[in-house]
Amino acid sequence: MDVPPALFYTKTHEWAKREGAELVIGVTAHAQEELRDIVFIEVPAVGRQVKQGEPAAVIESVKAAFDIYAPVSGTITRSNQAVAKAPQAVNQDCYGQGWLFAIAPSQPEEASKLLSAEEYHKLIEQAAH
Amino acid sequence: MTAVGLKKTALHDRHRALGAKMTDFHGWDMPLYYTSILEEHRAVRDALGLFDVSHMGQVLVTGPDAEATLNQLVVSDITQVGILRACYTMMLNDQGGILDDLIIYRLGAEEFLVIVNCGTHDSDVAWLKARRLSRTTVTDVSEGRSILAVQGPLAARVLEHLLDAKVAGLGRFAIAPMRTMSADAGIARTGYTGGDGFELFLPDQHARRVWDSVLSQGASVGARPVGLGARDTLRIEAGLRLYGTDMDTSTTPWEAGLDWTVALNKPGFIGQEALRRQKQQGLSRHLVGFELTQGPVPRTGMPLYVADHPEPVGQVTSGTYSPILAKSLGMGYVQAAHARVGSTLTLLVRNLKHTATIVKMPFWRPGVAHPTLANPPSGQRSIESA
Repeated sequence: MDVPPALFYTKTHEWAKREGAELVIGVTAHAQEELRDIVFIEVPAVGRQVKQGEPAAVIESVKAAFDIYAPVSGTITRSNQAVAKAPQAVNQDCYGQGWLFAIAPSQPEEASKLLSAEEYHKLIEQAAH
Repeated sequence: MTAVGLKKTALHDRHRALGAKMTDFHGWDMPLYYTSILEEHRAVRDALGLFDVSHMGQVLVTGPDAEATLNQLVVSDITQVGILRACYTMMLNDQGGILDDLIIYRLGAEEFLVIVNCGTHDSDVAWLKARRLSRTTVTDVSEGRSILAVQGPLAARVLEHLLDAKVAGLGRFAIAPMRTMSADAGIARTGYTGGDGFELFLPDQHARRVWDSVLSQGASVGARPVGLGARDTLRIEAGLRLYGTDMDTSTTPWEAGLDWTVALNKPGFIGQEALRRQKQQGLSRHLVGFELTQGPVPRTGMPLYVADHPEPVGQVTSGTYSPILAKSLGMGYVQAAHARVGSTLTLLVRNLKHTATIVKMPFWRPGVAHPTLANPPSGQRSIESA
């Protein structure tokens, strides 16, 4: 399973990437594999304040809808309108074109508690057994 | 791993070997999908899909009074069903509520094969046995037998080659014995996808063989195994109701929009008086089909609203995304005053309003070119011409 080493992760299968003062957020390869046929995505409005662990986006597969949680607290600075129009991008390129939104963190210390690639890899390995 | 106590079909090892994602469907460990619901859906529309639907029950009703027995238990006129022909119908309770929807195949003057849903299998058999007339035998023959559905535009070609039988000449809703295979094997031109296709009723050992050969012989033309996930999305696209979801004992055939199955003036059948009464009084609600050109997927149980009405006017029973039409589709019961084709419903999903339009079902028909296929969205076209 693809777990890029430079990213940070959550137990709920989001990834976070530092880009300047922002964290860009998406879902992991493991999550898109489980979700499978993604047909609808709702991204948060720019300017919205989110708390760590709060549902910030929604991904719907053919079978069900899933909440995507904010990995850290802060303000939504960007959201990916292209992925809202073409949700398959998450299935095809979850770490690239399939990014969902970006946050300007308000509690920088929260980011230090995110999982490393190694820790996340262990987590999904354990879940598989 | 298989959850303890789940029933397995004769093809269970095939599903596991193919890497299917399995699901508990009314106590059966069944394939939900093998690779992707949407890909399997497209395979059925474009080429050929193979389904294991052996969880459904097979019941033989035989004897001099078999026809009369069935005719008093179902809404359709069974006397009008010719030998080796089939009929889609339903059994009602005294209140006109739907106990199950059935396909009944007439195998002979005094012999019928009744296909029942797996969730109502036991109650249907008990109902048939308790109400059978004197010279009638009801036999549950499901054990040791399978049902395969071979569906899609290439189904006739592949099966004709494979079975060495003249299946292409079989009429819609006709059934033929396959005596060269087995004394009790049959093939019918029926299915649950809305397109062309066949269902095979077979002893288990033959089902395994046919399963393997359809997949190997059909591979070059795009045949693939299809799970219950795509079975659901295909049947919704075709406007076909699902028992337990779009209809149950709280709904009548009138409300479910299945009037065409009812022979109201045939001699007495269970539920007839209730249906007459409801027809006189008028209906308070109808099952409608609706579509959303953009927005989320309607899910079972979601309330449906209309403008300027604080209270819901209905509820979603089924919903999906159609990869063929590129729209979200749904079915639901809506108050009669708001159930007109062309009128607008509002779906409230996570506090956002989404507009749905009531349309005539089926949403999709075989052979009808759909605008989204003929005219791809402009974005797609520019990629192709680039």
